[in-house]
Amino acid sequence: MRYSALKVMKEALTGHTGWKPAWRDVDPQPAYDYVIIGGGGHGLATAYYLAKVFKQSRIAVVEKSWIGGGNVGRNTTIIRSNYLLDGNEPFYEFSLRLWEGLEQDLNYNAMVSQRGILNLIHTDAQRDAFIRRGNAMILNGADADLLTTAQIKDMYPFLNTDNARFPIKGGLAQRRGGTVRHDAVAWGYARGADLCGVDIIQNCEVTGFLIEDGICHGVETTRGTIKANKVAACVAGSSGRLMAKAGMRLPIESHVLQAFVSEGLKPLLPGVITFGAGHFYCSQSDKGGLVFGGDIDGYNSYAQRGNLPVVEDVCEGGMAIFPMLGRARLLRMWGGIMDMSMDGSPIIDRTHIDGLYFNGGWCYGGFKATPASGYSYAHLLATDTPHKTATAYRFDRFEKGRMIDEKGMGNQPNLH
Amino acid sequence: MIINHPLLGPRDSAEFTYLGDASLIHRPDWQDDDALKNFTNYGYVRDNPAGLHRELWFHEGGDRSWLVVTRDTTTHEITAVELARDVARAEGRSK
Repeated sequence: MRYSALKVMKEALTGHTGWKPAWRDVDPQPAYDYVIIGGGGHGLATAYYLAKVFKQSRIAVVEKSWIGGGNVGRNTTIIRSNYLLDGNEPFYEFSLRLWEGLEQDLNYNAMVSQRGILNLIHTDAQRDAFIRRGNAMILNGADADLLTTAQIKDMYPFLNTDNARFPIKGGLAQRRGGTVRHDAVAWGYARGADLCGVDIIQNCEVTGFLIEDGICHGVETTRGTIKANKVAACVAGSSGRLMAKAGMRLPIESHVLQAFVSEGLKPLLPGVITFGAGHFYCSQSDKGGLVFGGDIDGYNSYAQRGNLPVVEDVCEGGMAIFPMLGRARLLRMWGGIMDMSMDGSPIIDRTHIDGLYFNGGWCYGGFKATPASGYSYAHLLATDTPHKTATAYRFDRFEKGRMIDEKGMGNQPNLH
Repeated sequence: MIINHPLLGPRDSAEFTYLGDASLIHRPDWQDDDALKNFTNYGYVRDNPAGLHRELWFHEGGDRSWLVVTRDTTTHEITAVELARDVARAEGRSK
């Protein structure tokens, strides 16, 4: 069933009785060509592109609870491609281009809104770094604009540009960045994959891998054994827990990141603002809530909730740059678990076990990567070669000294 | 989180900075035949368990001691706090 304005009007006149579930509820088959573990944004996108673009069939997505209930339902919905390094920028720009065509491609309203993202500058050194980053973005086909303080005051008159410690001296804007309705991404990809014949199996937790002589033949699940030619792990946040079942240790620590939303307000913040120096970023959702966040808590955690020192830190950062925030009441706060990798960049690669593939290590930047991650992972699964924008995301980059460390922090995951 | 410091008593975790898995106490031997592999694993690969985790915390805003804290990563409950010096010596380091 295609969604269209005509269909909405017809249903409005007939009591909305004709809408069907957006994807089938199926039981697992005994065997598939591909089993994708994890029904989040990345897993569902992988299934969709694998079926639609790479023309593969007999694909299942297994999810331990309901689809879209992990980090794709917990993030702060920002999309952007403002990276510096060659290993990253082409990949994220590819992702942003996929976002731009996503709704037409999926025939699903994902509320992609290119409202622009602004990174604030406070010092001369930071301006130099952002000019370099902007040039790297432009060289890779993305857009970047350096803004003056006056231009920023025009756009966002409520910002405190004269903070004693972090006065605003300019900003780097990416006008094609913005926000997307996060749940709709999971649901749109699920519907798209289902229409291509992918089985989406919910409430089906993987409890082990069938590995013989270094070859993976399938998975054990709470709903029985499922054989597969290729098994694709895609559970960022829980990668450590899942891959331990295959006997693998990873260059990843799991950390908790908190996010916050205020009560609903009238439209006041048209774009996305990031105040990196103060560990704070903010946008306004279409429902009116200010959606904001900051740094990870900084210690290993699988608890999906954080602690108060970071709440205080984020709110202090917010008040410093955005004083009117103090008049808004906090409505909700929550935590999600991040795969924090050793260089702050992800991994999309084969493992040393034949037939077992890995996608993870997204740190706190996985949402914006969803389309390109799915596309690249599908490319890897279908052809056994990495997609041209994802060639750097290998397991062996740590051993070879080819880290992709945007922040230059070294192998300390809680600093990325 | 409150970390019950062996010398100073209960302290707010915000006074500390976090390094990671306490196995980092055991730096590999650079003269081993497997030194390259061992140092790659030491530098970049972690157990990352969901459950009890022994980890290094540094009391930066206090007495600047290193601690080994045993904490459940699924609940944040802390069950043991030891001086890293004592742990390292008990495990045969820094004799």
